[in-house]
Amino acid sequence: MSESLNQLYTYLQFPFVRYALIVGVLIAFCSSLLGVTLVLKRFSFIGDGLSHVAFGAMAVAGVVGLTNDMPLVLFITTISAILLLRTGTNAKIKGDAAVAMISVGALAVGYLLMNVFSKSSNVSGDVCTTLFGSTSILTLNKTKVWLCVVLSVIVVAVFIIFYNKIFALTFDENFARATGTRVSAYNLMIAVIIASVIVLAMNLVGSLLISALVIFPALSSMRVFKTFKSVTVCSAIVSVFCALSGILISIIISTPVGSTIVLVDILVFFGFWLVGNFKVRSAK
Amino acid sequence: MSLIECKNLSLGYDGHEIAKNLNLSVNSGDYLCIVGENGSGKTTFMKTLLGLNPLISGEIKFGDGLKRSEIGYLPQQTAVQRDFPASVFEIVISGFCGSMGLKPFYSKAQKAQAQINIEKMGISHIKDRCYRELSGGQQQRVLLARALCATKKLILLDEPVSGLDSNATAEMYSIVKRLNSEDNITVIMISHDISAAVSYATHILHIGASCFFGTKEDYIKNQNTTSLEVAENE
Ligand SMILES: Nc1ncnc2c1ncn2[C@@H]1O[C@H](COP(=O)(O)OP(=O)(O)OP(=O)(O)O)[C@@H](O)[C@H]1O
Ligand SMILES: [Mg+2]
Repeated sequence: MSESLNQLYTYLQFPFVRYALIVGVLIAFCSSLLGVTLVLKRFSFIGDGLSHVAFGAMAVAGVVGLTNDMPLVLFITTISAILLLRTGTNAKIKGDAAVAMISVGALAVGYLLMNVFSKSSNVSGDVCTTLFGSTSILTLNKTKVWLCVVLSVIVVAVFIIFYNKIFALTFDENFARATGTRVSAYNLMIAVIIASVIVLAMNLVGSLLISALVIFPALSSMRVFKTFKSVTVCSAIVSVFCALSGILISIIISTPVGSTIVLVDILVFFGFWLVGNFKVRSAK
Repeated sequence: MSLIECKNLSLGYDGHEIAKNLNLSVNSGDYLCIVGENGSGKTTFMKTLLGLNPLISGEIKFGDGLKRSEIGYLPQQTAVQRDFPASVFEIVISGFCGSMGLKPFYSKAQKAQAQINIEKMGISHIKDRCYRELSGGQQQRVLLARALCATKKLILLDEPVSGLDSNATAEMYSIVKRLNSEDNITVIMISHDISAAVSYATHILHIGASCFFGTKEDYIKNQNTTSLEVAENE
């Protein structure tokens, strides 16, 4: 035990390990705050959908011959996220279906473009990049860490300031609209925030992990807690705990970081599921 | 100037007309009951007033400086997801959301008022329970308490007594009556209970093949003559 603690201590001397911890925890924290709303609005899979959009955008950039495709990719993904989320509950095509449409469509178009105008021969490699992140969480530099810190501060501040509005909007958008809340403006704001978190996180940790970070903590807390506030607080704690322990475990036993975090999330979900079931039983 | 004025209003969805030529005006302090058969367009009318549904033609004018944030609303159905985690108190106090503008948090006074509205609706014992685990009637009361939080001048109720037992129904009617007479809140209520509508309301709007709008007295007279005509024809 003390041996692995020692080993951990040694690892923590490396800046890249500290960066990974900071970024991992921050992204986990932000996405769990937004996750509750996303899951309740039936947008659980938005991370996956957007990563396919990013893939499609990369294909387009490749065809056009851009050397630096990052700005275009960021732009297109952010716009799609805003388009998806902005319409709110009254959209003709709802949450999951809209995400699925955009995701499958972008994937198909992207793959087609890559095949027809093939310049890079490593198509499957590119797909892999979008799924697991273009930069591994263990190769972050200082700029990216700062970017992440700034964005997280903004996200948390906005979330706290607009917490009550977010609740009202998520619970009953029509009532909020009818009684004078500026629903469209708030929907747009939430969409922009979610889009920037997801796009940033997708680049840093990959879409697979971001989907897990959005879904698992929210679903875990919803097994046990019954009020919006307690679910939000609990999923933030769960998410940070899972990210932290996932990263540490992966360093110690050298497993892939993203997958390890997801695994911890799954285990915690089972724990909460059991507790939830137990609560229902004992209440009867 | 009246609180709400509708001229030649025609309602519907996607350009498809459901009811047309509605003319009415609601004055501050009125108690308007909307009656009509299922599917005649009562809910659609209310949603159009609230700006949730675009109108096809005609116009709606708000007078007396009425703002959206001073309107309370009780929907006929709220499509709340089965797994939505929200306590009764959280939902009731969210009624204040529209009137807060950019202020981030609820004030002490608003919290106290939410508590009063919860007591008014007789649901203080389930204040911390999870909304989705309540019965239909209890959920109805929660949403009405939320509507009370939202309103200062006007409350719109879409079938507030559906799903309530007879005690609760009588209580609901007396609460609404008191809102109208004591707090001077204008009431617009959809109801299938014509006898209650006639006894509480000051004005009646009948939506259907033929539309009627007028005072309660006129409505009763009108009904009597039409039923007399029917009797004569037989
Ligand atoms: N979202 C919608 N899109 C298209 N048509 C609709 C929509 N909602 C309702 N309708 C139609 O509009 C008509 C009026 O519906 P509305 O809900 O206003 O009736 P209502 O008078 O409130 O009936 P009830 O007494 O059953 O509540 C119905 O024929 C219905 O089929
Ligand atoms: Mg109706």
